[in-house]
Amino acid sequence: MIKRATFQGRALAYALLLPQIAITLVFFFWPAGQALVQSVLLEDAFGLSTKFVWLENFQRVFADDYYLNSLRLTALFTVASCVIAMAVSLLLAVMADRVIRGAGAYKTLLIWPYAVAPALAGVLWGFMFNPNIGVLAYVLEAVGIKWNFYVDGEQALFLITLAAAWMQVSYNFIFFLAGLQAIPRSVIEAAAIDGAGPAKRFWTIIFPLLSPTTFFLFVLNIVHLFFDSFGIVHALTGGGPGRATEILVFKVWSDSFRALDLGGSAAQSVVLMAIVIALTVAQFRYIERRVHY
Amino acid sequence: MVERRPFLTFFAHAVLLTGVVFICLPLWITLVASSHDLPRMFQAPAPLWFGDHLLENYRTVLEKGLGAGANAPPVGPMLVNSLIMALAIAIGKIAISMLSAYAIVYFRFPFRMSFFWLIFITLMLPVEVRILPTFKVVSDLGMLDSYGGLTIPLIASATATFLFRQFFLTVPDELAEAARIDGAGPLRFFRDILLPLSKTNIAALFVIQFIYGWNQYLWPLIVSTKESYYTVVMGISRMVNAVDTAPQWNLVMATAMLALIPPVIVVLVMQRLFVKGLVESEK
Repeated sequence: MIKRATFQGRALAYALLLPQIAITLVFFFWPAGQALVQSVLLEDAFGLSTKFVWLENFQRVFADDYYLNSLRLTALFTVASCVIAMAVSLLLAVMADRVIRGAGAYKTLLIWPYAVAPALAGVLWGFMFNPNIGVLAYVLEAVGIKWNFYVDGEQALFLITLAAAWMQVSYNFIFFLAGLQAIPRSVIEAAAIDGAGPAKRFWTIIFPLLSPTTFFLFVLNIVHLFFDSFGIVHALTGGGPGRATEILVFKVWSDSFRALDLGGSAAQSVVLMAIVIALTVAQFRYIERRVHY
Repeated sequence: MVERRPFLTFFAHAVLLTGVVFICLPLWITLVASSHDLPRMFQAPAPLWFGDHLLENYRTVLEKGLGAGANAPPVGPMLVNSLIMALAIAIGKIAISMLSAYAIVYFRFPFRMSFFWLIFITLMLPVEVRILPTFKVVSDLGMLDSYGGLTIPLIASATATFLFRQFFLTVPDELAEAARIDGAGPLRFFRDILLPLSKTNIAALFVIQFIYGWNQYLWPLIVSTKESYYTVVMGISRMVNAVDTAPQWNLVMATAMLALIPPVIVVLVMQRLFVKGLVESEK
């Protein structure tokens, strides 16, 4: 945790820490504390008086059908995107690990979406599926599907799931490929000599050895999808139609800046914080275990 | 590849090509759409091959923007704002987290571990979960509509601090001992030894943080109320959602290309550093 050879000078050490600590206190802890305080207060409509209401805001949030709906569709959206993205990228990574010719080109063509902002991904996919002129919407119409994600909630949810999965593929691909390349060649060769075919080798050797990467990616994907999807939803559907794509992060924003429900949005923020903390702890506990793997 | 199986190799290429098509299709359609004129954008389906208005469209959005109904200024200034924001966040994050990691690894002082945990906990507080109170703090400090407000709240980063801490711990102790024997103070050691050693890590982190900064969306959306502080990523969604007119898709798509080209180029040109930065900062 610390070097054997250290330097003297407390003042200097504090000075070096100062910028980071100052920013952390002002922009992280102060607002997070405010959210905690606000979540147990109720403010009247004009902001003139506030009173302490214990956990009433939380009760209100969890009794709110819109919130429960948002919770449900966030879970659906997150897990679906995550599973699609991981399955596709694992398949691509296994194939990319196999080919020799063109491996570099494939890699380049598959990783660039990492650099695309979620909001832009929303715009791009919205255009492809635009009910009036979108190329893919046209294809869907041609095969007889009535496509209009501006009015059909399920279609809208499907579309943001797809756009989010598209964004996540590049990222998972990089990690899976790194994981695959770390598997010792000798193990695979030994299995091949024993007569195990490619499919058998994949399921009995490669996939189990890859499981730390898979679990780690699963947690990471959930965190990313939870928070980074705001841009996709905001740019693509605006939470609609109705509330069909109002994921949790979007709802916090919308209740804070549109509905101006301070107590309610603060309570929602606190719930979100609890979720992030749970995920982070899961991730770290897991990483601890991975060291002994 | 352990054995020769021509069919399997063929299959692998087929899967990869399908994947590439799926991944690259949105980019292709965007690029093609940005090369047509507006009337073409009202015929379904959108084009799959280039038109001849490419340069004209890009010049229009860069200099004039989409006109009055579009809620957004010309793209040129927005690109400048995005660039300022991305650079400030990347450089600021690297600078402050390097300094704090240096203090934590190379100095002994009271509450060292408390500071470490203080930074660590920020991992659990992404801006999305504390958005309204953070907005209030920034507005109380009078930092709305300023580059400071756009960047400073985002430059504290636990991940970057960890990365440097991990790296500093792998630097041999003998280097610091030798430096001390030769009479170098802590600042001199940092500048002449640690900084050059960290070059690759800095570059890798820069790629990741540049993309992070460029792609910020929610934060500029609430901090920038004046058009002169719009970034291109937030500007484009305003163009799409312009209420009173149908989007001028050809121009919107030209803007989208301009918004995604800089970070994509960074990823492609610095691919090796990017992969290193990604794998290490998420570990």
